[in-house]
Amino acid sequence: MSSLTSLTLKAALDGLADKSFSSEELTKAHVDVVAAAKPLNAFILETPDKAIEMAKASDARRARGEAGALDGAPLGIKDLFCTEGVRSTACSNILGNFVPTYESTVTANLWRDGAVMLGKLNLDEFAMGSSNETSAFGPVVNPWRSEGSNAKLTPGGSSGGSAAAVAADLCLGATATDTGGSIRQPAAFTGTVGIKPTYGRCSRWGVVAFASSLDQAGPIAKTVEDAAILLKSMSGHDPKDSTSLDIETPDFPSFVGKSVKGLRIGIPKEYRVDGMPPEIEKLWEQGIAWLKEAGCEIVEVSLPHTKYALPAYYIVAPAEASSNLARYDGMRFGLREPGGNLTETYENTRAAGFGAEVKRRILIGTYVLSAGYYDAYYVKALKVRRRIADDFDQAFQKVDALLTPTAPSAAFGLGENADDPVAMYLNDIFTVTVNLAGLPGMSIPAGVDAGGLPLGLQLIGKALDEGTLFSLGGAIEKAADFKAKPAKWW
Amino acid sequence: MAIDAATVRKVARLARIAEPEDKLEALAKELNGIMTWIEQLGEVDTDGVEPMTSAVAVALPMREDVVTDGGDAAKVLSNAPKTVDGFFVVPKVVE
Repeated sequence: MSSLTSLTLKAALDGLADKSFSSEELTKAHVDVVAAAKPLNAFILETPDKAIEMAKASDARRARGEAGALDGAPLGIKDLFCTEGVRSTACSNILGNFVPTYESTVTANLWRDGAVMLGKLNLDEFAMGSSNETSAFGPVVNPWRSEGSNAKLTPGGSSGGSAAAVAADLCLGATATDTGGSIRQPAAFTGTVGIKPTYGRCSRWGVVAFASSLDQAGPIAKTVEDAAILLKSMSGHDPKDSTSLDIETPDFPSFVGKSVKGLRIGIPKEYRVDGMPPEIEKLWEQGIAWLKEAGCEIVEVSLPHTKYALPAYYIVAPAEASSNLARYDGMRFGLREPGGNLTETYENTRAAGFGAEVKRRILIGTYVLSAGYYDAYYVKALKVRRRIADDFDQAFQKVDALLTPTAPSAAFGLGENADDPVAMYLNDIFTVTVNLAGLPGMSIPAGVDAGGLPLGLQLIGKALDEGTLFSLGGAIEKAADFKAKPAKWW
Repeated sequence: MAIDAATVRKVARLARIAEPEDKLEALAKELNGIMTWIEQLGEVDTDGVEPMTSAVAVALPMREDVVTDGGDAAKVLSNAPKTVDGFFVVPKVVE
């Protein structure tokens, strides 16, 4: 039943609604392709029995006429979301065999609407990485390969498992999180759609914390409409997250297909960075042309502090991470490596449990927060962050949304950037500004490079204006008519 | 401002991460590379700019000061490395 796995989420939900197939059939088809996709290393924990059980329950609900918005749809869950009774590791050895006794709000919302869980998806350890290579479970391999090459490519990170699973048709959609680009860059690298909503749209409760003022959950999906369906279900106010916004969730899917005529689209000139590959430049121009044809007005705008976003991020995010990750002390849960005294036990536990990139970021965070450097680094970065947010405020007085490339390149080879942390960080150059300002950002597959690898365009919206992004994303999707799929080799 | 091995030793100690002596130099070099790249923030004029501590400008919500859950000792302890009779077992803190 491979045809069931090639359906979009929307088509699958329609098929379930008109009884073309049952959730059990749909889920079984996905369970089978997941089990056969080990070489991708996208799933680090498969829950086939739970999936079938949930599917049967969904079929029973549907028979009773009680089907929810996602009823019977099999999804993958990034292993940063705590799932009750199902091991949740953040792909770190320090969480080892952590089995939550509670459910994250975002996943609880999905189950409330009837979705089915296929298993837990690989990611960079604690979502710290842009290539999935920092995962304690080893990297995810991108289902895409460059034409004429067998070289293993990264699916991007940190939501590499989510992006690869969706691209390879292992699930109808996946949850993901984005602290500096971790939804949008992997979406761009795998020909999928990813949206990071406005900060506060999705509850962070039950999501393993990385940098709390930047972390946001969102979906990775096959189409813009699928992303809208998933985000609607994931969003909503949650009293358990004090930064969760107490506002109504719009009907996101209703925005897809709406006319974008008359919308003003800003093109930030600072995003034309030195050394941008001509293919990315060309794709961007193409995107501008598509939106013009759809009736948008194109306006050049300036975001003068763009180049300072990444350095500011690499103070703010590690500072928050060093504080958040202080909880991993080997006392109440997770790994414990005994030492001669209490302090040594802490030190040994954290030395053994954290990987190199996580340690690096904790050390940077601890350094910039330490006495004598707090004002020079941390407070300075918070001021620069304000400047970056102000840039967007000014731009959005003139335009309705911004169009940029998602990432500065197509998917690169595993191991290619592994020796140079700063080169790796530069992957997030176009995405990180959005996290600092708390704005929504979406990546849409829009073309391929010379080797046939997917490339993405990014739309950035005003706070709480995901609706406009779904309309514009739908317009780009329609114009790009991106139909390419990775050739199955796994 | 250069980070040397002694600084890494101190910061690792503050972060409670055991770093072997023979790795400190390499780590110092790595962290220096990152911090040197970060130094460019000094170019930004931030005089009179209010630090941005939150992505959304909302007041922290308050809730009723009441107990909302509890009585779940078994759940709380279920992932503990070591427990005895409903208690966490931890290394001796006071000598």
